[in-house]
Amino acid sequence: MIQEIINATINGIPIKVPAGTSILQAAQGVQVKIPTLCKHKDLLPTAACGLCIVNIAGSPKKPRACCTPIEEGMEITTHDSDLTDIRRSTLELILSNHPNECLTCGRNGNCELQSLAGDFGLRQDLIPRYVRELPCDDSTGSIILDFRKCIKCGRCVQVCQDVQNVWALSFLERGINNRMAPAGDILLNESPCIRCGQCSAHCPTGAIVESDEVTTVWDALHDENKYCTVQVAPSVRVALGEAFGLPPGTNLTKKIYAALRRLGFKAVFDTNFSADLTIMEEASEFIERFVHGKGEIPLITSCCPAWVDYMEKRFSDFIPNFSTAKSPQQMMGVMTKTYYAEKVNMDPAKIYQVSIMPCTAKKYELERTDEMYASGYKDVDVALTTREFARLIKQSGIDFLNLPDEEADSILGEYSGAGTIFGYTGGVMEAALRTAYFKVTGKNLQQEAIDIQPVRGLEGVKEAEIDVEGTKVRVAVAHAIGNVEKVLNKVRAARDSGEETPYHFIEVMACPGGCIGGGGQPYGIDNEVRMARIRGLEADDRDCKLRFSHENPEIQAAYKDFLGEPLSEKAEALLHTKYVARPSYSK
Amino acid sequence: METLTLDTFVTKSKSDSPSGPYIKVGMDTGGIAAGAARVLEVLQEEVKLAGLDLPVLPTGSLGYSFVDPLVEVKTESGLRTVYGKIDEESAKQIISDHLKEGKLLDDHVVASRKRTNDLGDTQTFAILVKDTSCDGGDKTQFFQASFEEDFRHEGLTGKVQVVRALDMGIYGEGLVVKLLPSGVTYANILTRDIAQIVDQSLKGDKVVDHRVYAKNDPQNRVVLRNCGRVNPESLEDYVAAGGYQGLAKALKASPEETISTMKDSGLRGRGGAGFPTWLKWKLTSDVEADQKYVICNGDEGDPGAFMDRSVLEGDPHSVLEGLMLAGYAVGATKGWFYIRAEYPLAVERIRIAIEQAQEAGILGEKVLGTDFSFDAEIRLGAGAFVCGEETALIASIEGMRGSPEPRPPYPSVKGLWDKPTSINNVETLAAVPAIMAKGARWYSSIGTEKSKGTKVFAVTGKVKYPQLVEVPMGTSLQQIVFDVCGGVLDDIPIKGVQTGGPSGGVIPEQHLNTPVTYETLQELGSIMGSGGMLIMDEHDCMVDVAKFYLKFCVDESCGKCAPCRIGGYQMLQLLELISSGKASLEDLSHIERICNAMKKASLCGLGQTAPNPVLSTLRYFKNEYIAYIEGGPRYARQRKRELAGKPERKAS
Repeated sequence: MIQEIINATINGIPIKVPAGTSILQAAQGVQVKIPTLCKHKDLLPTAACGLCIVNIAGSPKKPRACCTPIEEGMEITTHDSDLTDIRRSTLELILSNHPNECLTCGRNGNCELQSLAGDFGLRQDLIPRYVRELPCDDSTGSIILDFRKCIKCGRCVQVCQDVQNVWALSFLERGINNRMAPAGDILLNESPCIRCGQCSAHCPTGAIVESDEVTTVWDALHDENKYCTVQVAPSVRVALGEAFGLPPGTNLTKKIYAALRRLGFKAVFDTNFSADLTIMEEASEFIERFVHGKGEIPLITSCCPAWVDYMEKRFSDFIPNFSTAKSPQQMMGVMTKTYYAEKVNMDPAKIYQVSIMPCTAKKYELERTDEMYASGYKDVDVALTTREFARLIKQSGIDFLNLPDEEADSILGEYSGAGTIFGYTGGVMEAALRTAYFKVTGKNLQQEAIDIQPVRGLEGVKEAEIDVEGTKVRVAVAHAIGNVEKVLNKVRAARDSGEETPYHFIEVMACPGGCIGGGGQPYGIDNEVRMARIRGLEADDRDCKLRFSHENPEIQAAYKDFLGEPLSEKAEALLHTKYVARPSYSK
Repeated sequence: METLTLDTFVTKSKSDSPSGPYIKVGMDTGGIAAGAARVLEVLQEEVKLAGLDLPVLPTGSLGYSFVDPLVEVKTESGLRTVYGKIDEESAKQIISDHLKEGKLLDDHVVASRKRTNDLGDTQTFAILVKDTSCDGGDKTQFFQASFEEDFRHEGLTGKVQVVRALDMGIYGEGLVVKLLPSGVTYANILTRDIAQIVDQSLKGDKVVDHRVYAKNDPQNRVVLRNCGRVNPESLEDYVAAGGYQGLAKALKASPEETISTMKDSGLRGRGGAGFPTWLKWKLTSDVEADQKYVICNGDEGDPGAFMDRSVLEGDPHSVLEGLMLAGYAVGATKGWFYIRAEYPLAVERIRIAIEQAQEAGILGEKVLGTDFSFDAEIRLGAGAFVCGEETALIASIEGMRGSPEPRPPYPSVKGLWDKPTSINNVETLAAVPAIMAKGARWYSSIGTEKSKGTKVFAVTGKVKYPQLVEVPMGTSLQQIVFDVCGGVLDDIPIKGVQTGGPSGGVIPEQHLNTPVTYETLQELGSIMGSGGMLIMDEHDCMVDVAKFYLKFCVDESCGKCAPCRIGGYQMLQLLELISSGKASLEDLSHIERICNAMKKASLCGLGQTAPNPVLSTLRYFKNEYIAYIEGGPRYARQRKRELAGKPERKAS
């Protein structure tokens, strides 16, 4: 299809854009920034804030740049005294309905409203402030809703409903009382919320933030009776730099190890190790089901806690299909408090495990079921998001970017490229297939076939057929959890009509792009940032001398010295979990 | 009714109209509120008791809200008499006096607005008298006695009745006399004229030229053509009144011709914005789609407005026919009535109309035996004013939160369930069948160059005779307020007329002679709007008026976009500050700035027009704002007492 090209001008600058391009997008192309507080690159325009109004020659109205497509011959003015005055007035109105709490806000220094108020040089409150007193909702322990700070941009509602298809958040009431809240005016943990945190990642202000547990970690680090250990998730290493001004995708693995050690952690482990461990279990599970027919096909990945929650609430008929392997976070916790404790002869009761995660749902996973206490203790004590971790470093006085590189600690620190790609959509599938291929055929994939390209990229649902020496393995990868329904409905349809299942293996990650786009990652997410982070992990994988989980020597040692073999009784007891159907609404 | 086809249908005409005697009771919401339901019952009982053979039927509103409940009596002779303010007592009198003895009731007759200066061939059998002076003393009874006295001398007693009328539709013209059945009307008559009138017009056949009042009522009922005439629950009645002829005509031609007829007629959207109806249809018609929809917007919500309700209640089939014509023109097979739930009677009447039309083969597969298929359904609005906005209305029908969406895409391209959708207001749709039946040229001959046809207004507030008025576009506010509605209550000088509801503004006294058109009202800082018209006298406080309308919009804002959500609320706080005498001139400039931001940066019409009542009162009555600011709390308290009607405190 040939796309129609439209000619127009923005502030006198001629532009040529494909039909359907919005004025806002086109303006960005010619280095013109039109302010907005509601339009997010991930989302369709809601047209709520009213700041992006522009003039079009010949029209008495001032349309919004975010939702107005450019038409042939349009002469657009984005800035003049009237527009600036209206924007300033609107901004003053928004501030008059917003608490003046910047200094104690979770978004201090990183708030879109604060920045814009600064840019416009608003120096005094001209209009008396009115903020409706509403208590915060901290019921989930993962995400905190501070309704007073909400500017009703609608991003969270849109991402929750349209992207994630979760429908936990909605708008209630109207007029000045219009507010974002869990639908039905219940608490967030009584709602279908899966704590993916995409609302917090898209919120322009401090209305939705992660539950901050930095102080808890400080307390543990300062407690002499605690032996603090830490793990850092795959996707954190390529995103953390953004909080320190580095471009997205910059791999900071070794500086993170150094920083963690300086913070006082006695053992610095890497979740990439336990990702390799997850693959060992999950790939074995897949072979049990696919080759030996023991268990349901398709096998569905379970390392994303938001997805697990969603499945238990909305797709509990797929419980038998779920991989029982725990997520890497939980495997690392239990291995630290059993295997590692044994090795260093430490009372596991004294061991304190912190995880650094891209994710708000990981906080929920820590206490998800009794199996999360498989070591006899809470396997992972506290989970920090990348954003909290950045603050922890900044508070510590560590000159992070100038730290020398360091290595992780043995015996849970070594990782393969397969472990690191857990951080993006398709990565778990790819890592599992690398090992499954080996387990079935007894040999590794050829060098040029290691990168399983069809499951990579940001397409919402990716399908592929992998040839395992003549046997076709049909796989599907879904991310942004709203996409999972399509995939599972196909499976349901086949199941109900008695046809052969369309897929043998399905990977699901709740966040768009996978963990690199997690709800706890540094602000400013869009597809460009997602791709940059993915490129960072891809490079990490490529640069690893080991590309296969089963070749990780520390993994081999863990099985040899402790677990026996994948799916052994001990492995089952420590590394596997169960699922139960849960109601979407607990109220 | 038997199933109709295009052929059997065209043969039906007005001549089929039931011509016998009847009694009709105005059973619209207004009439019912005034007791019409009981009146209907009593009349039915009495007719039965008297052994009379005539139907007692419900009908819609004639528009004369100030004299509800209304009853119309048609006798064997064909003479139709409208009675107002009928209660149980007078209802019984209608049977005993009017029907049995042929005597018209005193103090209840509402004279028809038709006036002539031709006595015709029929002998005058009654005269209506009414003192319409504004001097406070009512001399109607005195004049009745004078006439009767004269009749005795002239031997007319028993031959011609003298009836005290309730309303003559003429105001401030002294004693008015109307001869029945000719309609010859005399105004400003004095005692000495009585003998002359009796002599020349009653005994003789000459019109007394110098007293004749031939000024015609400015009203022209196009949209309200059937209201108060047909039984709204009878398809036969509607068809007999020429209903569905427009549809039949269109079906014989083509959708394109239907659109071009609309174009030639010059009809513009009566919801308030005045978008050309034909263009709306054309835009929807031009889009290729497997499914299209048409929607009737019956979410009338302006304070004091009841135009759409009256039409839906009084003539539901005309709205249905209009919707079908819209569907035919744009290529839609499905229509929706979106009616606010607070209009249960309107909903019920439309429901009945849909059922009747389905049974008669007018609605459903193969309409009137043609290839056009169309069906209609009702959806209730849950009481949000903003759902009158097209995109919010669509969201509401879809079961979503009723808040506006950015446009484009326009509903004509991507509307209900993403299908091309044309949304028209009740009044617009009710005009369409008449245009189709009578032709574009007829319609476009009414009104002004850019604003064609008629407009219905609900005139309320400080007006003597609040009612539903339908006048040609271009009629002046002066005519509407004074000639049709009798002027300001208690004859206090008028201050202004609020038009366009919460989206409109106040038009001050000095501009009342302006002809009412979309353009002129906008130039004056108001809008046509859907037709609410509120009269204000010189005691009314314009800051209060601005506050009233702004508060309405603040309550009804969906809260989606910042300028409307916060701007409206904050402006209301500032207005409160002004009317408590605690504001400064700086606050006035804040108000003006907020107005500007709301007007230009709000997403939908509600927010964009919400500042209009404030802006227009600031434009014409800024002195009242300044008085509060300069007078301070003391002035504010004093003004509050005045407005509450309490006596002014002596200055100490």
